[in-house]
Amino acid sequence: MSFSFSLIAAVTAAAAVAAVGMRNLVHCVLALTLAFAGLAAAYLQLGAQFVGFVQILVYVGAVAILIVFAILLTRGSESANTPMLSKGWISGVLIAVLVLGVLIYALASSSALPRGIPPAPDIAVRQVGDALMRRFVLPLEIVGLLLTAALIGGVIIAMQEPKKPAASPEQGRAQRGPTDPTTHSHP
Amino acid sequence: MSWILKNLWLIAALPMLAAGLTALAPRRRRRFAASAAIASITGSLLLSLCALSHTMLSGGGRAREVFSFPWFQFGTDWLTLGWVLDPLSALMLVMVSFVGLLIFIYSIGYMAKDENFTRFFCFLSLFAGAMLGLVISNSLLLLFMCWELVGLTSYLLIGFWYHKPSAAAAAKKAFITTRIGDIAFLIGLVWLYAQSGTLLCYDAGRGCLETTALGAMAGQLTTFGVPVAVAISLLIFCGAMGKSGQVPLHVWLPDAMEGPTPVSALIHAATMVAAGVFLVARVFPLMAAGTGTTLTVITWVGAITAIFAAGVAVAQTDIKRILAYSTVSQLGYMMMGLGTGGVAVGMFHLITHAFFKALLFLGAGSVIHGCHEEQDVRCMGGLRKWMPVTFATYSIGMLSLSGFPLLFSGFWSKDAILHAAHNWTPSSVPFFLGLAGAFLTAFYMTRQVALVFFGNCRLNLGRTSSSEQRMVEHGGIAEDRVGNAGKLQAPSHQSDHGAEPHESPAIMTAPLVILAIFSIAPAAIGTPFWPWFQKFLGGETGPAAGIWGIMLASSAVVFAGLGAGWWLYGRKPVETSEAPDVLERLPADLFVILRNKFWFDEIYDRSIVAFTLWWSRACNWLDAWVWNGLVQLTAFAVLGLSWLNRACDEYVVNLGFDEGCNELRRGGRGVSRLQDGQVQHYLRAIGLALAALGLMLIWGCK
Amino acid sequence: MSPLPGYLVLSSFLFAIGLAGALIRRNAILVLVGIELMLNAANLNFIAFWRFSEHPEALTGILFVIFSIAVAAAEAAVGLALVISIYRHYKTTNLDQVNRLQG
Repeated sequence: MSFSFSLIAAVTAAAAVAAVGMRNLVHCVLALTLAFAGLAAAYLQLGAQFVGFVQILVYVGAVAILIVFAILLTRGSESANTPMLSKGWISGVLIAVLVLGVLIYALASSSALPRGIPPAPDIAVRQVGDALMRRFVLPLEIVGLLLTAALIGGVIIAMQEPKKPAASPEQGRAQRGPTDPTTHSHP
Repeated sequence: MSWILKNLWLIAALPMLAAGLTALAPRRRRRFAASAAIASITGSLLLSLCALSHTMLSGGGRAREVFSFPWFQFGTDWLTLGWVLDPLSALMLVMVSFVGLLIFIYSIGYMAKDENFTRFFCFLSLFAGAMLGLVISNSLLLLFMCWELVGLTSYLLIGFWYHKPSAAAAAKKAFITTRIGDIAFLIGLVWLYAQSGTLLCYDAGRGCLETTALGAMAGQLTTFGVPVAVAISLLIFCGAMGKSGQVPLHVWLPDAMEGPTPVSALIHAATMVAAGVFLVARVFPLMAAGTGTTLTVITWVGAITAIFAAGVAVAQTDIKRILAYSTVSQLGYMMMGLGTGGVAVGMFHLITHAFFKALLFLGAGSVIHGCHEEQDVRCMGGLRKWMPVTFATYSIGMLSLSGFPLLFSGFWSKDAILHAAHNWTPSSVPFFLGLAGAFLTAFYMTRQVALVFFGNCRLNLGRTSSSEQRMVEHGGIAEDRVGNAGKLQAPSHQSDHGAEPHESPAIMTAPLVILAIFSIAPAAIGTPFWPWFQKFLGGETGPAAGIWGIMLASSAVVFAGLGAGWWLYGRKPVETSEAPDVLERLPADLFVILRNKFWFDEIYDRSIVAFTLWWSRACNWLDAWVWNGLVQLTAFAVLGLSWLNRACDEYVVNLGFDEGCNELRRGGRGVSRLQDGQVQHYLRAIGLALAALGLMLIWGCK
Repeated sequence: MSPLPGYLVLSSFLFAIGLAGALIRRNAILVLVGIELMLNAANLNFIAFWRFSEHPEALTGILFVIFSIAVAAAEAAVGLALVISIYRHYKTTNLDQVNRLQG
């Protein structure tokens, strides 16, 4: 258990706790970014440089910014006196602790963990790209499709709802009805 | 099948149609009502004449044609109705429609001032239709229906002036009294149907009056040892007794004179009361079947009725009531003729009597009309000066009824009856009773004519109240008078003529004249010299032996009656209306007995009516205490059972089911609470599931 | 003693923290943040197991994580779009008030 791992682990865990526990949402996102960066460091330490950089690019660079935009766009709903936690939060904490316990118990009771430390693999980005383009080319294409679909879907979902949809005849008639002299006859 | 047979039903249907139309017409349509009635009865008369001529051409005697149609089915049997055209029905048709027509015409004048003129003609038409239907019906069931219809119209017309209590009571009395006979009639019909399986009189050998059925019924004995045919025919004769006013069911007929006089003439003298006689004639084969017991009974009942009613008529003072008792008496003669001499003898008297009795009633109506609704013969007198036409026609009717020799039809028909009675082997008493009746008939008719048309006029319109007072003192006959209340007398009517009697208008006297002709004319067809009528009806003319003796005897009796009547009433005219009757000097209170009609009404009041009252009170008591208690007890028992049932239902069956349902609903509510739409709650469940899954994997691997 | 259990314990903590955040926070964005944390914990597991496996040259762990990150990015994009849409509809991102699907 090296010092560097301990430091990274402590920073990451503390940042994660801060990310879900702080009142100010922007602070939460900043803590989350720190946790993501900690994880990227852990990846680098484990010898997965490519994944580490991808982690930084995607999470720190894109997802965190996305969340900040979302927070800014929904700013109006937050006020200082709304409670931070949902109503049954104690049970939520208990469940989380239970899951943690189960995981730790599984780790502690496991006998299948490798004992020795294998030599650090020397993995070049070239090999990763080679694998992506050869063995995993089909999943790669599918992921590309998935990302395109998610892009379009996100845009459609978040698109501004049309205020007066002219395509809906039902609504149009309902709005026109009371003032239309042709459909409203005076007795 | 001739067209007249096929369309015979029209004869009855036309007046009924007129009655229906008149019933729908408003009350003020007087002209329409009268013309519809008269047109329909004229049509019926013409058709009847066609039917009669058809029957004559096809030979008379046994010529008989029937038309049957199925009415409805019950079980596997078809109930068949139909009509018959034979000499009997053809003659009756002509008589009924002809007399009916004359009386309809007369009614226009007589009822001219009545506000219910329209209703009167509606009822008259209905009566005519029902009576004609009765005559033509071949099925005894159809006959019975028409029989009840004429009973109904009789009730309606007797009670025509229903606001008079006496008229309403008389209507009820007539209806109930005839109902007694009708019950027996109905039982007889049901029995007959059970025996023969049909109620058609003539049906090509299968009818109930034909040889096969009669033979079967005559051979079979009831539990009392009487042939079934005799028992059935006696029951049917009970119906005839009720309708034709035979003793002891005669009491309704004199009271029926509360109705308007044309009604009395049409229904209670000429046609309806003759329906009983006609019925006996129609089912004569049945009556004659078996041992002939029924005919014996008929003869005795007829003879007793004839002498009894003639005796009562002697002492009556109401002009219509005298005629009513005379009718009862003559109906007795007809019955006697049927019993002793067969169909032809009885029917001949029926036909002749219909004409002259209608004439007498219409004449009496004319007298009443002319005397401003006075009906008491003691208060009339000398009317021949004012009413010559009425006097002349009334005299013809009176002589015919009395049986004045040779010229008048009544003589010949009565003579035929007496002759038949004389030849009747079982007993000669009916013959002597008939002879005595003939004497009394001549006597009371002479008395009536003498009191009404001769002597000085005792008419006093201002004296009505004292007259009524006096009649009350005489006892039991106060209700004889028909009050003035029912008729609308126009003031001008009295002021024109003052207190003077006056002749009736031509529309009333014309029928009198025609009827007077027909009181004489039928004599030509039924004399022993040329017994066309008897041959036409298919009867045997009988042995002519002794006919001269009978004729001499009856003529002598009639002259004696006429002479006695004249001696007592005509020779020394009664001076005042208060003067006692000459016959009151008779010994042994005979006159009181006669005047009070042998106290028949009183005896009925004390016996049958009182018993009925007592019995109905007893029934009421039984009903109120015994049966009602039982019913209440049963009701309470049922109520208790239903309470028990309900408790069982509610606390055993329903409770279990309800609890099950409630449990289901509660469970559903609990489950649905999990689905609260809160995403985090779902996530919580996923977390729990994850932990559980992990534990399961860990322990499963060990 | 390899440092693998340490990484796994860290991963477990991160997962539990993410789960707790997803369970207790009201704000829908922070629920998403919790989910991201749980995903990253899983990624860390993959990388750790890859590093200490018998054949690291097979690259399965690395590639799985790369795909996982791609899918997570798509998830984040769609999820945040949904949050914005919910906010626009309900004028709130408070998940307690978004319970239209209640049974």
